[in-house]
Order: sequence, then C-alpha cells, then structure tokens
Amino acid sequence: MVETITGSRLEKVLKSGHQAVTSECGPPRSADASHIIKKGHLIKDHVDAINVTDNQTSVTRLCSLAACVHLKLQGLDPVLQMVVRDRNRIALQSDILGAASFGIQNVLCLSGDHQRFGDHPQAQNVFDLDSMQLVQTVRHMRDEGKFLSGDEIKQPPSMFVGAAANPFGDPFKIRVPRLAKKVACGAEFIQTQCIYNLDKFEKWMEGVRERSLHEKVYILAGITPLRSVGMARYLQKNVPGMDVPDELIERMKGVEKSKQADEGITIAVETIQRLKECKGVAGFHVMAIEWEEKVPEIVERSGLYPRPQID
Amino acid sequence: MIVGQQKPFEEIWQMVKDHRQLTVFGCNTCVAVCHQGGNKEAGILASQLRMRATQEDLAREIVDSGVERQCEHEFFERTDELIRGSEAVLSLACGIGVQFMAERYPKIPVYPALNTTFLGDVPEVGLFREKCQACGDCVLGVTGGVCPVSRCAKRLLNGPCGGSTNGKCEISKETECAWQLVVDRLEALGRLGDYEKVMPIKDWSKDRAGGPRAFRLEDF
Ligand code: SF4
Ligand code: SF4
Repeated sequence: MVETITGSRLEKVLKSGHQAVTSECGPPRSADASHIIKKGHLIKDHVDAINVTDNQTSVTRLCSLAACVHLKLQGLDPVLQMVVRDRNRIALQSDILGAASFGIQNVLCLSGDHQRFGDHPQAQNVFDLDSMQLVQTVRHMRDEGKFLSGDEIKQPPSMFVGAAANPFGDPFKIRVPRLAKKVACGAEFIQTQCIYNLDKFEKWMEGVRERSLHEKVYILAGITPLRSVGMARYLQKNVPGMDVPDELIERMKGVEKSKQADEGITIAVETIQRLKECKGVAGFHVMAIEWEEKVPEIVERSGLYPRPQID
Repeated sequence: MIVGQQKPFEEIWQMVKDHRQLTVFGCNTCVAVCHQGGNKEAGILASQLRMRATQEDLAREIVDSGVERQCEHEFFERTDELIRGSEAVLSLACGIGVQFMAERYPKIPVYPALNTTFLGDVPEVGLFREKCQACGDCVLGVTGGVCPVSRCAKRLLNGPCGGSTNGKCEISKETECAWQLVVDRLEALGRLGDYEKVMPIKDWSKDRAGGPRAFRLEDF
C-alpha cells in the first residue's frame, strides 16, 4: 500500500509509480446531466480520473462542481477544475468545502480564459486570487485546517491539488521558473497545455529536470487529438499560447479529408509513445474535446491499457 | 492623469435637450490634455448643441464656460454666479468633477458629457494608456515598475497566464502582456530571480472592495 494524503485514486496511481491517465469532460449548456454521465461512462475504464471543466472558454455551462458530483455518484474519480475568474475567495473556499463534502478529492486550480472569449463578454470578472494563490489556498485549507481568514475548519477538505502549465506560453525564459513557483505554492500534480511541438516540450522538460522539479510534482503531458487540418490551423492561428508547428499542418494536409481524423489519432498515439520515454513525464492528460469516444482507442493504442487496479 | 472620452453626441443631446437653458462647462486640467473635456471643447460642444437646437426648431439658450479644476472649491469663484443662474449644467469633467458640482449645487441638474475611462499616461501625442487602478496597496516595487493590477487583463499577481503570446495578451494582439513587460524589466534590472518570489494574496479591502476611501491631512 502506498501512502497517500487524500485517498484520491489519481494520487494513488501516481504515488505507486504508474503513468497516470486523465481525461476531461465539458459539462452541457443545460440542466441535463445525462450527457456528462454518458461521457464519463465512455471513458471510465480507460482513465484514472476525469477533469470537469469550469465554464471553459468563458462560456456558461452547468457548473463544474455539480457535474463532478454526478460523476462521483457514478463511482468515478473527478478532478474539479476551478477558475479564479468567476468567484472571489469566499466563494472558492465554500465550493471547495462543498466538493469535499461529496468526497471529491482532486482539484485543478486555474486562472481561466478572459471572459472576452465567451458568451458574456460584458460580464465583470473577479480575479480576487490568481491560480497560484488558489493552490496555496487549497493546501492551506487541507494542511493547516484553516480558512484564509485564519479561522479553523473542523473537518478540512481532503484534496489532491493540481495546477496547469503551458510550456509554450511566453516569455519562454520564465516557463520553468513559473512551474517552480507553482510547486512552491504547493501544486502536487500538473496538467500541461496540449503538446504539438514536441521539441519545445522536451526542451522545457530538460529545464524542469535540471531543477529536479519533476521529483516534486507529477507532470501529466496534455494530449489533444487533431480532427482535421482545419482544426490544426485554427489552433495555430487563433488560440493564444498554443504552438502547432507547420510540419504537423503539412502532415494533416497530406492525408485525404476522410482520413484526417485517423491521422490525428495516430499523431496523438505517437506523441504519447515518444513522451513515455521522456524522464519526468508522470502520465498523460488526454483532452479529446467533444470527442470523448476516441479516448479509449488512444489509450489502448498507446499501450496504457489496462489501467492499474488500485485498492 | 484621468482620461475621459466624450459621450456620443446623440446621447448627450438626449440628456439635455429638454432644458431651455444650459451651461456647458469645461474642466481645463486632465481631460483637457486628452482634448475631450477642456474649456475649448466646451465651446465646441456648446455650438454643436446650439446647431442641433436650431435644426429641431427649439428655443434654447446654451452658453459655455469652464474652470481649471471642477473637483475643488477654490476654482469656482469666477463662475459661481453663472452656474447658480443656470437651469442645468453639462459638465465636461471626469466623473469626479461632475459629482463635485452636483454636491456643490444641489438644486441644479449636472449631466456628464464624458465617459471617464481610466488613469493613464501620455506616451506619445494622441495616445493614452491605462496605468493604475488606484488599488490602494501599490505593488510596483516588486514588479519592476509595471502594474499588473491595471495592465494585466486578469490582474494576475504571479503571472503570466498561459495565454501570453509574442509579448501580447490573450485578449488581443493590440494589448501588451503586462507580465512580459514585468519579466523584461526584471531581466534588465538583473533581478529575474525575483520573479520566483510568490506574491502574497492581495488585501483588496484597500481597493474598492473596502468601500469608498478617504484620507485627511491632519495639519489642515
Ligand atoms: S499596484 Fe495598485 S496603486 Fe500601484 S500602479 Fe497598480 S493599481 Fe496603481
Ligand atoms: S496574457 Fe499577460 S496580460 Fe494578458 S491576462 Fe495573461 S498574463 Fe495578463
């Protein structure tokens, strides 16, 4: 039995030395939870934990917390994504307690996209804390058993605390220091931005290893399969902080339209296979946006199936 | 300084058109620098309003005037009588000047002709950029003199977020990423290592979250 702090399945898998696999589900833009439950069941045997996005791209959806509860009630291990864009420290801490009360044991602390991109560009934003301060907040609540105010929490939340890293954002020179800062704040696992530029990612990992950060935090490499050359171009041009090399676009272009999706899956599988050998990569975060049915195939073809049986 | 922009003319007209007499009143400091609210602009706006009144066949008496600063009593001496005799005032000051006049002349309606936009600088003629949100607890000392509160779209204190690309902010290619600027500046100062100091959770009670702020000089 490995020793864990939280009882999270993800924590157990990582601490017992397996390469972990996580995936994510976006909640619906309605009050109907059946959709997310269905998505959860599609992938549950192939992943260790499932992230639930929090109003991703600033578009209003069924809340991450409620969606996590639905997955939890199905016996799955959800990762509650929390953005600091929409809630102040009172609401954030209260949602963490709420999640913990349902036995949710993972949280991913994010800043969130600016609301300009979403369905309510006129909205006020909050940004009371930033993502690093949210990491500190959850660790403080869990480890000290206290609110930020200093008041005691009788039953502290038991959460495995994660953060995101984008090795491709600018300025590149602070990308490793930025990870170091998140580790210093108490991040226990990291899920990265989707990786298309492998050379750049490996260069970042080199910097991570030089500072032994991979020994202090579990790094899950972000994988998003391309569905078409159009999607590749869109990501390259329109998504800030995304690095899609031209070679990849050429490769997708060289394949006839009906086969591009398969090519995208193959690229994802090759990426995972290459990164399995990259020292310090502790697992994979497979984000198949609105394409969850392909996750099992990617996981199987990458040799990451079956998932380890824990407890 | 305080930067403002004149409201669309139509909006201004709709606000004031029913007053038979109106004083269009400039403020000749900050908002004059940005050519939106000075005494000269008050003159121009007054004549536009007179023209519009003529077009609509309305008998209106519209005069223009102004002071150096609409946010302090001492500047009003010369114009006090004019304002007291006005049916309404259209103020070209920032929101502070408009409120100051409204308080000073409780019976006279005062309308804003500007949208007060931000506290900014003038890096070149005709360009104004937001630089401070008066957060009440300045962090410029640790960010290399670049303000993340007013200049980062997410006011991140430990940024940059993952959306920073080629020095630009994720919200638009026209907006500089404040954290790129912070990092460049720290590097130029030979203090890049400071980036790793975690900025503590901010006390926003000194910002607008603490309610309206005031401070009194004890010796006056
Ligand atoms: S930190 Fe606060 S006071 Fe200092 S420049 Fe920024 S907004 Fe103004
Ligand atoms: S890109 Fe830079 S300025 Fe824009 S929100 Fe992110 S850190 Fe702030």
